[in-house]
Amino acid sequence: MNGDTGKKIRAIIVDDEDLARQVIREMLKSHPEVEITGECANGFEAVRVVAESKPDLLLLDIQMPKLDGFEVLELIDDNIAVIFVTAYDAHALRAFEVHAVDYLLKPFRAERFEVALEHAKQRIGRKVTPRPDELVASSRAPGQYVERIVVKDGPRVQIIPVSKLDYAEAQDDYVALASQGKKNLKQQTISSLEASLDPKNFVRIHRSYLVNLERVTRLEPYGKDSHLVILSDGTRLPVSRAGYARLRTFLDQQG
Amino acid sequence: MHPILGQPRRLPLYLLAWIPLGAILLYLLISLGGLTFIEGLALTVPLCLIYAFVCLSAWYSCRATPLETSGFWRLTLTHVTAAVLVSSAWVLMARRLAIALSNLDKFRGLDQRFPRIYPLLLGSGVLLYLLAVALCYVLLSDEASREAEKREVEARVLARESELKALKTQVNPHFIFNCLNSISALTSSDPAKAREMCVLLADFLRKTLGLGEKSLVPLCDELALTHSYLSVEQIRFGSRLKLEEKTEPGVMECLVPPLLLQPLVENAVAHGISNLTEGGWIHIDIRQRAPAGLSVQIENNFDPETPRRRGAGIGLKNVQQRLATSYGDRAAFHVQTDGDRFVVSLDLPAEKSE
Repeated sequence: MNGDTGKKIRAIIVDDEDLARQVIREMLKSHPEVEITGECANGFEAVRVVAESKPDLLLLDIQMPKLDGFEVLELIDDNIAVIFVTAYDAHALRAFEVHAVDYLLKPFRAERFEVALEHAKQRIGRKVTPRPDELVASSRAPGQYVERIVVKDGPRVQIIPVSKLDYAEAQDDYVALASQGKKNLKQQTISSLEASLDPKNFVRIHRSYLVNLERVTRLEPYGKDSHLVILSDGTRLPVSRAGYARLRTFLDQQG
Repeated sequence: MHPILGQPRRLPLYLLAWIPLGAILLYLLISLGGLTFIEGLALTVPLCLIYAFVCLSAWYSCRATPLETSGFWRLTLTHVTAAVLVSSAWVLMARRLAIALSNLDKFRGLDQRFPRIYPLLLGSGVLLYLLAVALCYVLLSDEASREAEKREVEARVLARESELKALKTQVNPHFIFNCLNSISALTSSDPAKAREMCVLLADFLRKTLGLGEKSLVPLCDELALTHSYLSVEQIRFGSRLKLEEKTEPGVMECLVPPLLLQPLVENAVAHGISNLTEGGWIHIDIRQRAPAGLSVQIENNFDPETPRRRGAGIGLKNVQQRLATSYGDRAAFHVQTDGDRFVVSLDLPAEKSE
């Protein structure tokens, strides 16, 4: 499968521990076909370096400062082959659901590393269809919701704590996340965003709008059978009929 | 074991309780039975004494028909039948006594007057027996609740012991896996350092196991364990981990529960330093507290933007629980965050080792 032998595989190692990166570097030494184009010690750096150098392969730790491995994955191109390298076996299932090529448990043997690398080589060059963010959402355990949303803002990474999110608006393949007077675009569908947020705090009031209940101050009739919600900062959002029914049940519960 | 016969302190009390009952019986015999005071007394005293012991037998029928599981009719039938039988036997005995007494000059004619008090005696006998039945049920339920309480206390003690044991010997497995990975990295690049890390890790594990078995250890032992933990982490994190330690003279001999500081320091590393790209610091400050106590403060910086991981704070909670079980109100545990600083403060009583 690895037809283009002339082209090197460009790899990036992401781990906050120097010694952990060193093991991988050493094991890649016997593979001249793999070129290490970067090493990163945290998630922010990884997102930036990946965007700049567009590698084929990412060797990714999970528990890291700033952004964890899964959050990094949400923010990068889907066509990069990812091998998770971690001391935690609890994330294995989730790793495969976001289509990781392999999952290495620290410490690992050179033979095991070879197997993972072989898997990666088979993946590289093939297009992957499912988008990681959908899968990240679907692989979350029921009742467990995200506490923050990561968004790429040009070369920078924005972290929006869920409590600071006012509302989200669907825009084609993107969602616009409104928080503290600013809007950030993220490549994600509004349904998958909705699924990752606690339904006790966020209600889908419209096909295109998801609102933070804590921001809702008023509900006003608008036209014949539609409504508007007014948020605490004055923003007015349309409410569909189905959305009105959902919103009513929540507001009634709160009294 | 009979609850009254079996307990030498209860028997006199029980007999004492019969004196007013006997007095009532005596009054009834005089006013309704038409006996003289002397005749009544001569009958009542021996009869009550005998009946007091006869009524103790109610215990066995009560135990055979527990209140909770026996139906109303069965209870009634059992005890009323027993009461009538026992009471009849008692009345027959009373008649024998009356006949015997009537041989004496003073009690002449008592045997002829006996049929008049016959129903009175029978009724009293039944009532007294039923009273004894009620008493037995009270004693039975008292015994049952005491038994339940005892079992509960035993269960609680057992649970706490096993919990303590588990808490003490808890070593975070991910810490070990990460260490082994570092050792694996060092084996080719720096074999001497790899060996040193093996030794440090072994040292830490040995100390953990050793200290966990004791109930109190001198603070210097606990600090040594904390240091051996940190020296392993220092190899993993390198310059990212900075430690500052202040200890007042004289605190080292104070006795503390084992694995009190190490979990707090491990918490500081796992949720502080490991989330900071530029690394972080830990300050340990241990002072004496009048009259015989210690005041410990462990402070570290952390990244306020990183959400708390699942499982965060288990180490803290364990230490807090153990302090509460060992010292109750005499120990205090406070956690405080201030911007990017995380402070854990403990106050605990601590005696000095010899």
